[in-house]
Amino acid sequence: MLGHVVAQKTYFLIFGILLALTALTTGIAFLDLGQWNTIVALTIACCKATLVVLFFMGLRWSTRLIRAVLLAALMWLAILIGLTTTDFVSRNWTPVPQPWESSVPQ
Amino acid sequence: MADPHAASALAHQFEDLEQQHEAASLGMWVFLATEVMFFGGLFAGYTIYRRLYLPGFVEGSHLLNVTLGAINTGVLICSSLTMALAVRAAQLGKRNALVTFLFMTVTLGLAFILSKLTLEWRHDYLEGLVPGLNFTLGGPHAKSVELFFCFYFIMTGVHAVHMVVGVGILLVLLVLAWKGHFGPTRYNAVETAGLYWHFVDIVWIFLFPLLYLIGGRY
Amino acid sequence: MAPAAVDSETRGNYLNADYSLKSWLLTTDHKRIGLLYLASITLFFFVGGSAAVLMRLNLLEPNGALVEPAAYNRLFSTHGIIMVFFFMIPSIPAVLGNFLVPMMIGARDLAFPRLNLLSWYVFMVGGAMCMYAVIAGGVDTGWTFYTPLSTSYLNTNVMSAALGVFVAGFSSILTGLNFVVTIHKMRAPGMTWFRMPLFLWAIYATSIIQILGTPVLAITLTLVALERLFHVGVFDPAVGGDPILFQHLFWFYSHPAVYIMILPSMGVVSELVTCFAKKRIFGYSFVAFSSVAIAAISFLVWGHHMFVSGQSVYAGIIFSALSFAVAIPSAIKVFNWMATMYKGSISYQAPMLYALGFIGLFTMGGLTGLFLATLAVDTHVHDTYFVVAHFHYIMVGGAVMGYLGGLHFWWPKITGRLYPDGWARLAAAIIFIGFNLTFFPQYILGYLGMPRRYAIYPPEFHVLNVLSSAGASILGVGYLIPLVYLIWSMRRGPAAGPNPWGAKGLEWTTPSPPPTENFEATPVVTEEAYAYGAREVSVG
Repeated sequence: MLGHVVAQKTYFLIFGILLALTALTTGIAFLDLGQWNTIVALTIACCKATLVVLFFMGLRWSTRLIRAVLLAALMWLAILIGLTTTDFVSRNWTPVPQPWESSVPQ
Repeated sequence: MADPHAASALAHQFEDLEQQHEAASLGMWVFLATEVMFFGGLFAGYTIYRRLYLPGFVEGSHLLNVTLGAINTGVLICSSLTMALAVRAAQLGKRNALVTFLFMTVTLGLAFILSKLTLEWRHDYLEGLVPGLNFTLGGPHAKSVELFFCFYFIMTGVHAVHMVVGVGILLVLLVLAWKGHFGPTRYNAVETAGLYWHFVDIVWIFLFPLLYLIGGRY
Repeated sequence: MAPAAVDSETRGNYLNADYSLKSWLLTTDHKRIGLLYLASITLFFFVGGSAAVLMRLNLLEPNGALVEPAAYNRLFSTHGIIMVFFFMIPSIPAVLGNFLVPMMIGARDLAFPRLNLLSWYVFMVGGAMCMYAVIAGGVDTGWTFYTPLSTSYLNTNVMSAALGVFVAGFSSILTGLNFVVTIHKMRAPGMTWFRMPLFLWAIYATSIIQILGTPVLAITLTLVALERLFHVGVFDPAVGGDPILFQHLFWFYSHPAVYIMILPSMGVVSELVTCFAKKRIFGYSFVAFSSVAIAAISFLVWGHHMFVSGQSVYAGIIFSALSFAVAIPSAIKVFNWMATMYKGSISYQAPMLYALGFIGLFTMGGLTGLFLATLAVDTHVHDTYFVVAHFHYIMVGGAVMGYLGGLHFWWPKITGRLYPDGWARLAAAIIFIGFNLTFFPQYILGYLGMPRRYAIYPPEFHVLNVLSSAGASILGVGYLIPLVYLIWSMRRGPAAGPNPWGAKGLEWTTPSPPPTENFEATPVVTEEAYAYGAREVSVG
């Protein structure tokens, strides 16, 4: 037998949790939590993704190498989004130089 | 009963079936890493613009159908379940179960795609919300709403293309499974297709809150 | 007079296994696929090179000797697109990597041979799409496709060029994927990571970059295509889009891409220096880890292409600092190569001449990179010929010389024949001289302020431009000579034995040319890489 065989029960359990989390995130969207709406929604999404990765994709029983591949992908995604964002976030920290005409005495 | 496929299952470049299985699995995970970066570019653009134009993004998000989005999310999660069960069936050599679960996965995938096409996108088109085609929304945030819809259509569109490819692959596997091609020592293709399918599900798991649930619905 | 038929050629090998066209076009043998790539990239090299010839001819006169500015824009764009995506990026990985990776680790083939063949076809489709763009009138955005020029304002063949590059990118991804899985899973018994030849570490690091970076280019070009087709405004300021976002996404790939181009060449140099100094590499783990470090840090520096784009100064400072950091592992390699050669038994066959040329010219190019990493200096020389000289020193003086050195080094293994080393050394010398004459004046031109991508220039730059064009003509001759004698050698060269250089490495234990399955039996590795004994007599 190649690879780990997962019990059907486990799959159904995870499936149930995923549906519940979907309902939860949809329901919470109808509550006013201010800026926490986004954080809660993304946290729930991360939980769902983690469950899919661990159980449906079998990472729970996988080699360290495969976990390293996933980790690398996530780190690189973070670099892409994070380092790009530093530009847009800090654009306004320095005042934009005025064109030279503005310094010419009228 | 000995697996009738064991002898022919080993490709010439590998030493044994275990090496072949590990290579196939690693290969698909590495491919999924490339897919993370592919979608990543879209998520990066989305992140930048959402921060810059939040009111417009909120307005655009509210124009989407949350109920349909939530149901579609449920449909994809179901399809991930059936896909996982399909892989399990292949591992255990259960041909009928494998065929059934693959068929169910394909059906659920098609349901998702059809729902997006006929219910959501068609509705958006009729409402004049498709940038580049017929975007006619007015209001103070019209430009950023248009930008939101650019991302909405491109992200869900690229996702849908991946779904279509996935459905195509699963159909091929369905035919092969029907012919009895797979067995306990020969199911790498089913497993790797499963990994791909779950990944496409995960992308949607993030697209749903990022597109449909911006700024809440109170 | 043809040499007598030799044992290795009457015996079955991968070349004579089947002579039919179908057996070549449907091959899954990594060695044949390497040769398919060799033919393709050589073709693309001469297409890109022709564009360069026309450019340098035009720049003989301050007012443009040959073409109008509009046509000149198409020339430099063609030169960049073809050279970067269809020559430099595939060159060593797809030709030497494909041929050597399985042999160096003791495997019969790569992990996914059919995927390997697919990657060549994908490459050819992308190449055809770009060649169509060139023939249909050309692209004039530069190889960088900056928006909004590429999305809104041009009516040239941006779509087919951008989509051609998009398609070719998948070839790069698939090759990288194949190498990573192969190196992880298919090493022969006893071949631990730290017994691998350093070429494999370099290929592995390159593959990481290909896997993680190229998809971002793919999505970026997709967005450009969608914006052209449907006028969706992702990069369009009129709807709130930001052209600088394009540059971020583009350079996120394209900076690591330059390391895709140089890392494999560094791997080749490690092989050449050890063989032709007959000495084990100095600081094996330093060289190995520096490849991985370069790959990792390369993803953190892309903003140094955008210092004057409107990017925030604070982001610029971060990128500048990180750009200094990325030079360190490269320098480590250079020091280790020098230390390897010290008290070695050095012989000066053509491959070694290319390796020595690499070390010198890459160092110069790399050091000028530090000038460019310095925010304040870059403000002065950005978009001038200083930049052009910098990257050509690395790409041509470095990467291409490494490629030629590797091609010569492994030529006997690939073809079973020896090339005439006298001619090869002459060509190497001509290339070195022509190269320096072409590109050194460009440092001066850039510093004096001549902008890049301009068809005309002020008269005070005339002499330096003429020198550069003269150098280009010499360089061109230098590149043509190997084409002649290498092809000649395939029929008329003397037979090479299994190991004409006396080199270490599993590939040299097989006959030349190797049999299709590479090894009679899976080898077992018991010694370190570069296990050259003390003071072995040098060959030739």
